[in-house]
Amino acid sequence: MSKPVSNRYEFVLYFDVANGNPNGDPDAGNMPRLDPETNQGLVSDVALKRKVRNFVALAKGDAPGHEIYMSEGATLNNQHKKAWAAIMPEVNKDEEFKKLPKDQQKARALTAWMCANFWDIRTFGAVMTTGVNAGQVRGPVQFTFARSVEPILPLEVSITRMAATTEKDTDDKGGRTMGRKHIVPYGLYRAHGFVSAPLASHPVKGTGFSEDDLELLWQALCQMFDHDRSAARGEMATRKLIIFRHDCALGNAQAQALFDRVKTWRVHAGSTQPVGSPATDNWPPARQWADYAVTIDRDGLPAGVEIIEKC
Amino acid sequence: MPVRLHVWGERACFTRPEMKVERVSYDVMTPSAARGILEAIHWKPAIRWQVDRIHVLKPIRFQSIRRNEVGAKANASNAASAMKRGDTSGLGIVVEESRLQRAALVLVDVAYVIEAHFTMTDKAGPEDTPAKHLSMFNRRASQGQCFHRPCLGTREFAAEFALIPDGAPLPPCELEPDRRDADLGWMLHDIDFTDGRNESRFFRAEMRNGVIEVPPFHAEEVVR
Repeated sequence: MSKPVSNRYEFVLYFDVANGNPNGDPDAGNMPRLDPETNQGLVSDVALKRKVRNFVALAKGDAPGHEIYMSEGATLNNQHKKAWAAIMPEVNKDEEFKKLPKDQQKARALTAWMCANFWDIRTFGAVMTTGVNAGQVRGPVQFTFARSVEPILPLEVSITRMAATTEKDTDDKGGRTMGRKHIVPYGLYRAHGFVSAPLASHPVKGTGFSEDDLELLWQALCQMFDHDRSAARGEMATRKLIIFRHDCALGNAQAQALFDRVKTWRVHAGSTQPVGSPATDNWPPARQWADYAVTIDRDGLPAGVEIIEKC
Repeated sequence: MPVRLHVWGERACFTRPEMKVERVSYDVMTPSAARGILEAIHWKPAIRWQVDRIHVLKPIRFQSIRRNEVGAKANASNAASAMKRGDTSGLGIVVEESRLQRAALVLVDVAYVIEAHFTMTDKAGPEDTPAKHLSMFNRRASQGQCFHRPCLGTREFAAEFALIPDGAPLPPCELEPDRRDADLGWMLHDIDFTDGRNESRFFRAEMRNGVIEVPPFHAEEVVR
């Protein structure tokens, strides 16, 4: 295991969607999430974290120390558990174990052990009923909502199916049913994230989130959409990951000043304008990554801050 | 030696304890959340932050967000037994099996100024002078440094912050003049953690000209 991360990082993630639904809103019949005031599209922090977890589960498989606590779908572990129950049913000594967390040292050992085994607990933290620090582990990595650069216009696409679910449907509807899909024709989204080094390397509060784990996180952010194909998602891809690396744990500059250095522009027929500029009013809507440009202002970068472009 | 910190963000959720399942935010930042932001920048067991005043700089607006959440917590006894036998099988939570869809009514486009000071606790050693902690906080806040990224109620709503140096003017208040005075009702002041009590205390939050005066935690008007 490499050493815990001891530098602060901020990152800007650009990803886009073409003819897909990046994140459905359960409140709006699975329409793409929208900011009702600006019509910009949203993708929740938890949706992004889900994809990171899925990628790590795929990339690392059964590698020790890289299990995923919040797993999705059927897990092999449940099969293992059944086997365990069959062979050693007496392992359920709940009463005995309930006393453990009262003891601070042991509870801490428990938390440390969970952190060492589960990649997502080490990275994002988890609420654990261990009775230490209000029973939760705060992970060093934090995401915020992703927001589309420009307003999006979700489309509702009706589709038909040449089969019915029940016999009654077959009789009533002649064996055909209709459904709906919501898509965003094109949207470029920008998300911000933070890596708080003390929550990785602090002797008591640190989760041990290591340099290797960080590298895996960057890899996950660059590739997570490549392994999340589905009928609903359309074509999603990470377009850019810009990382600000501070040369100390607490940081060398204000996060917002660093984020402001990354700017998005509209491009059309060889001319470049700021997003939202009146000059773009008569331009056709953006439909591809090439309709945007991203610039990074590297002039007068605060001392101790380094810009890394991962993809 | 009070400090003044300007904090802002796109969204915030200062959850009302009485509506925490489908979260509904308070209208404004609670003193407890303000303390959390200060502690994210600088804190040591030797000091305790006390919020004196919260300035509300932006109109109070809400938005609803529904997300798929998980209804289960990690189980310590399962973890202990897994640790004993040295393998992690059956420890994870399958999210589909404990799926909850929860709406949150959150604040949008918020900005505050937190006015606060700290007192020394009995954990302070001889080397812990107030001046030392004050200058540590000021240095970190003015350079954008933090122990961990402060947030506006919940961690997905990250907070931006800037120190307002002594004598510098406050950022302008964008509240409409007729919205600057309001009785915000009973609001969480903070949670009393002494001796593992975990007891919530409340105070009557009143906004006067955009400013909420926060009584000291142990004052008479702060009730259980």
